[in-house]
Amino acid sequence: MEKKTPFKKVTISPLVVKEQVIRLGEKTYKKTQEANVFFVGIGDFILFFWQTIKETFSLSFEFNEFLRQCFQIGNKTLPLISVTGLIMGGVLTIQSRPVLADFGALSLLPGMVASSIIREMGPVITALICAGKIGSGMGAELGSMKVSEQIDAMEVSSTHPIRFLVVTRVLAATLMIPILVLYADALGIMGSWAAANIKGSVSFVLFFNQAFRAIDFIDFFPALIKTFFFGAAIGLMGCYKGYSAGQGTKSVGIAANSAVVLSSLLVIIIDLIAVQITDMLL
Amino acid sequence: MTNNKPVTPESQNTFNSVIEINNLSKGFAEQQVLKNLSLELHNGENLVILGKSGSGKSVLIKCIVRLLNSDYGTIKVLGENVNELKSKGLAALRKKIGFLFQSGALYDSMTIKQNLEFPLIRIKKKLTKMERNKKIEEVLENVGLANTLDKMPSELSGGMQKRASLARTIIVDPLIMLYDEPTTGLDPVTSDGISALINDIQKKYKTSSIIITHDIECARATADRIIMLKDGEVYLEGTIDDFENSTDELIQSFFKE
Repeated sequence: MEKKTPFKKVTISPLVVKEQVIRLGEKTYKKTQEANVFFVGIGDFILFFWQTIKETFSLSFEFNEFLRQCFQIGNKTLPLISVTGLIMGGVLTIQSRPVLADFGALSLLPGMVASSIIREMGPVITALICAGKIGSGMGAELGSMKVSEQIDAMEVSSTHPIRFLVVTRVLAATLMIPILVLYADALGIMGSWAAANIKGSVSFVLFFNQAFRAIDFIDFFPALIKTFFFGAAIGLMGCYKGYSAGQGTKSVGIAANSAVVLSSLLVIIIDLIAVQITDMLL
Repeated sequence: MTNNKPVTPESQNTFNSVIEINNLSKGFAEQQVLKNLSLELHNGENLVILGKSGSGKSVLIKCIVRLLNSDYGTIKVLGENVNELKSKGLAALRKKIGFLFQSGALYDSMTIKQNLEFPLIRIKKKLTKMERNKKIEEVLENVGLANTLDKMPSELSGGMQKRASLARTIIVDPLIMLYDEPTTGLDPVTSDGISALINDIQKKYKTSSIIITHDIECARATADRIIMLKDGEVYLEGTIDDFENSTDELIQSFFKE
């Protein structure tokens, strides 16, 4: 008697097998190519980073261009940071007030708001705004310089484009973003005081006394240190994306866009690492 | 080998060929742009390189200043092998070469004066501010742009931008000029003006030049010798008369255009 198996016998044509193998090969090749592009990109960035570090410590520093970039970054971002800082403090106060009032802890409001702003919200929100404004500006400017051969023109006139264009921008962003963060923090606390006075009455001196009594040096210092890293990351990513833009005007848009996306992502990642390190140390 | 002696217009006369290219090859991915190309630029001459778009003309002059690295072959500029130069040597050599880009490549965030000052401050470091200003005014006058000092590049017409770019190139007294499509995108009258300017620069600054173009009128006006490229190889070399009297179909079609 013939033994019955639970499985149905299926015959596959050799042509179908061949087609499947070819398709698998094509997919593998495509994925390999994508991985290749990814790793080449990482290598490119490391090389760019190394050149930037090397040129930062070169003897001929473009000081005038550095000052111009500091002015550009500071001056052009100031109105946006002012508005955001005020709103940030105001919103945080309006949102927290009812909860604290329910617990009868309204007197903790200035300290809580100041601590939130200085430790986390001020640095991160300011850095994200700068990633949008400065990162995209750098990506677009350097990208269009690349497309219109201005970077090549600089290179053939014996000026190192990384020294002139990249180092100055990265250093300016590294220096200016912490200053902008301090400014945003101050405005945030002012905004909080203004919002606290909408539904109640609290004097300026009392509010600030309570706010600063809740803040220690240890709240302030790690938050300030991480903003230098935010600045460096935004400057580096904006410049890298612009500097490595392809040909044609479309690549300028792509450079600006990817500069914003990647520098924002880097800000979040650096923040996560900074919080972990601070937590470990304290 | 690195030549440490400063090269001046006088000492340049010791080089019969200021540029010597041997068996140069350059490709991008699977496309071979230049194939075993060899040519020489003689001292004091205007060499026009003709060819259709994509024949490798621009790639060739970018390899000369090492904006692009060649895959194979040697390029000697003023006796120095460009591919073997370290960054300092390359920077020193580039100071002796003027490069006019197809787009002009003026720095659009700077005024015309700042554009001209940019290479001057970095290459002619010993000049005082007054000497620099005098030189800028003199060069701008030479290219017919005396009153554009404080204008931004975007305020100038295409022809004026090319002239300003040319002024930025010659302000550092280069020994060799490389022109990448100097008349592209310009009307015939402005093109003639640029061609005349190329000849004036050759006479006044005693430069040796490579002019990349597909503009026959520009070639007629400027060429001492012409090399035609086809698919990355030298197709024909000769004078303008040799080209105009050629019975070759490709050259005829090119000159009829």
